[in-house]
Amino acid sequence: MAAHEGAAADGAAETTLKMTARDVRVFYGAFEALKGVSIDVTKEDVTAFIGPSGCGKSTFLRCLNRMNDTVAGARVEGRIELDGQDIHDPAMDVVQLRARVGMVFQKPNPFPKSIYENVAYGPRIHGLAAKKADMDVIVEKSLRRAGLWDEVKDRLSDSGTALSGGQQQRLCIARAIAVNPEVILMDEPASALDPIATAKIEELIDDLRGRYAIVIVTHNMQQAARVSQKTAFFHLGSLVEYGDTRQIFTNPRETRTKDYITGRYG
Amino acid sequence: MAKPPTAHTVRSFDAEINQLRSLIGQMGGLAEAQIADSVDALMRRDADAATAVVLRDKELDAMEAEAERLALTIIAVRAPMADDLREIVAALKISAVIERIGDYGKNIAKRVPVLTQAAPVGPSVILPEMARATTGMIRDALDCYVDRDAELASQVMARDRMVDDFYNSLFRSLLTYMMENPHHITSSAHLLFIAKNLERVGDHATNIAEMVYFSVTGEHPGDRTKTDRTASMAVSDREGE
Ligand SMILES: Nc1ncnc2c1ncn2[C@@H]1O[C@H](COP(=O)(O)OP(=O)(O)OP(=O)(O)O)[C@@H](O)[C@H]1O
Ligand SMILES: [Mg+2]
Repeated sequence: MAAHEGAAADGAAETTLKMTARDVRVFYGAFEALKGVSIDVTKEDVTAFIGPSGCGKSTFLRCLNRMNDTVAGARVEGRIELDGQDIHDPAMDVVQLRARVGMVFQKPNPFPKSIYENVAYGPRIHGLAAKKADMDVIVEKSLRRAGLWDEVKDRLSDSGTALSGGQQQRLCIARAIAVNPEVILMDEPASALDPIATAKIEELIDDLRGRYAIVIVTHNMQQAARVSQKTAFFHLGSLVEYGDTRQIFTNPRETRTKDYITGRYG
Repeated sequence: MAKPPTAHTVRSFDAEINQLRSLIGQMGGLAEAQIADSVDALMRRDADAATAVVLRDKELDAMEAEAERLALTIIAVRAPMADDLREIVAALKISAVIERIGDYGKNIAKRVPVLTQAAPVGPSVILPEMARATTGMIRDALDCYVDRDAELASQVMARDRMVDDFYNSLFRSLLTYMMENPHHITSSAHLLFIAKNLERVGDHATNIAEMVYFSVTGEHPGDRTKTDRTASMAVSDREGE
């Protein structure tokens, strides 16, 4: 695993590469939605992807755990590595990859099953718990990490869909955590939530940071500035600027980045 | 010079920034006039004109409060980023500095009545020129703020040296003058404070230019060197505002 200096001049902590993408291109039929994106995802950081609608953030996020394989007509080119291992290698088990690189979506999508089952499902299919007692431990630990335990511990058999939107989103995060991922991808995880539920998700992201490499797509500039240490700005299928979040939001190098974050775009 | 930024998608944001800019510009104009008028009143030995300067200081205080209110509203409502954020923060700081410059004008004006009672002190003839140098710096520092002109800001910073030189030379002549004319020590001491005030005004104008430079470029200008050599002569010039 390669180690490299954090880019910050003020001596940011050393960071380790978790994922690397090189010259990634995605085509939907003849349309080139991503035009050669190269970026590193660091292990210790929350990385935010920002950019105008349609610039390819979700498309790129889906590349990182090969979710685009399931999208009809989508074709991915380029090299993506997880801990130095090519994720497109035929030897790579895609189900295993998606456990290692978990995903949380914009719209909370709990299964129409109990809260307990929502969390237990992944560990069960991955054979992570031999006994019911082991599973109980995993469920509790995941719900605790997702900051949901205290709110649901007395109603674990209630349906996951009966929770509020913010609780459902934290349930989905618990579900992602339950299979011991190394990377968590979040696509606008708080965009459908009120400010309090949003703050809880942000607080949760901060708690999870360091334990998992986290990549979050958000349209909320303040949120990106608050939760992330690295920020990548995408525009029209290209990565325009990548850098320390503080630098991007106080002194971006590229005019296109500046125009976007200061509300001068288009 | 930085390329003028394109308009915001939300146009009322631009209107608010422009309003803040023009208020800061007006404050700068008033502070500049306060310094010029206080030294003018001193040279013309006009105590009434000096009183007018003292009274007008309240206007600057009110404008500073208004600038702060505007800046806070913009921060709260617009959540500015990048160069917008740097500019709003600079505006807040610059308005505070301008208010301080106004205080120096008031301080100078307050000494005028005492000085008009006493005989004129020879070395004071250099003060109008020193005042022109400092007011010129204030004017240009504010111009570069309004125009977002980092190059002019650098030039203003470089001119601080000239004001320091004025002060150092006036300091020496006043010391000599006091030694030769002990009965003029009181007025000479007042003039020394006035010269020091003007020197501080130059520092503040430089400070504004530095803030503009940072606001426009996102980088701090290189460390500048100070040339006040009088500190070693151990003279206290602290005073209440
Ligand atoms: N399944 C698909 N089939 C065809 N085109 C698609 C598909 N998914 C995305 N695209 C196109 O690819 C481009 C990038 O889309 P993507 O969803 O990655 O953008 P995004 O940056 O996530 O936008 P948003 O912020 O609105 O979510 C868009 O032009 C979109 O229309
Ligand atoms: Mg998207």
